[in-house]
Amino acid sequence: MTSTGISNEKLAMWVFLGSECLLFGGLISTFLLYKDRTAGGPKLHELYDIGFTSISSFVLLMSSLTMVLAVSAVQRGDQRTLRAWLAVTAILGGVFISGQVYEFTKFVSEGLGFTTSPASSAFYTLTGFHGAHVTIGIVMLVSTLVLSLRGRITQEKAEVVEIVGLYWHFVDVVWIVVFTIVYLIK
Amino acid sequence: MTDTTSATLADPIEGGHGAKAHHGLSDKGYIRIAFILAGITAVEVAWSYLPMWDGATGMKALFSTGVLLVMMGFKFFVVASNFMHLKFDDKILTRVFYAGLFLAVGVYLAALTTFQIWGSNTPGYR
Repeated sequence: MTSTGISNEKLAMWVFLGSECLLFGGLISTFLLYKDRTAGGPKLHELYDIGFTSISSFVLLMSSLTMVLAVSAVQRGDQRTLRAWLAVTAILGGVFISGQVYEFTKFVSEGLGFTTSPASSAFYTLTGFHGAHVTIGIVMLVSTLVLSLRGRITQEKAEVVEIVGLYWHFVDVVWIVVFTIVYLIK
Repeated sequence: MTDTTSATLADPIEGGHGAKAHHGLSDKGYIRIAFILAGITAVEVAWSYLPMWDGATGMKALFSTGVLLVMMGFKFFVVASNFMHLKFDDKILTRVFYAGLFLAVGVYLAALTTFQIWGSNTPGYR
């Protein structure tokens, strides 16, 4: 516990998330800089399927809801509800990642490879890094679910779920920014 | 727990500082906020599809983009405040997170300005 009354783990997660803003800031800036440099390849906005990506965004947004409901459940000591919401959150994260894999596959088949142009490199690096973060989040969720099933996540240890939740919500807020800047703004 | 949506977004409810067992909104409050966020996302998508923005330049393009950025910023703030519990936790956590965020925004706005990304002239790196 720190002198502020906040646990070291929670403070460390917040410091980490603050530093992650710099990572994603760099990736988003690079994308803004290169998004029009298509080098004769396809333009990004001609390939986007906004309807499909909107549904993916909705799925990730709803996973933030299920995550916060999981935190709420463990704070009440409701283990069954905690496990249910953790599982649903991980599944929703899996659906989001599946959608991203589908989107990448479709783009590659339409001629937009990673090295096609500076724009494509910037796009795949930004959205790929975000996808990697979602994947790590899913691993954290499944690990927390397994710990809960083994009786290691008690009401007194609710902060473990809260910290995993912080990471998950951060992944969601990053997508809120990416979705608007990369997909919606032309 | 309050009844109105605006109150849900504005008020810390059960617990508050130091409430170890449960702090934050009620489950209904979280669900309400999630639906507000989903609604804003739908508005964002609809806004970007409006035919009046096709080929928009100058102030028109700036307005279209500005509205999208405001909606994005609002969603970001609502998730960070409510789902991430910044509104209910110690203020030092808010400072730590937003310090990183504003540092990032400042640094990269300066970097993008250096690369002349703004304005209608052909930027040096395009």
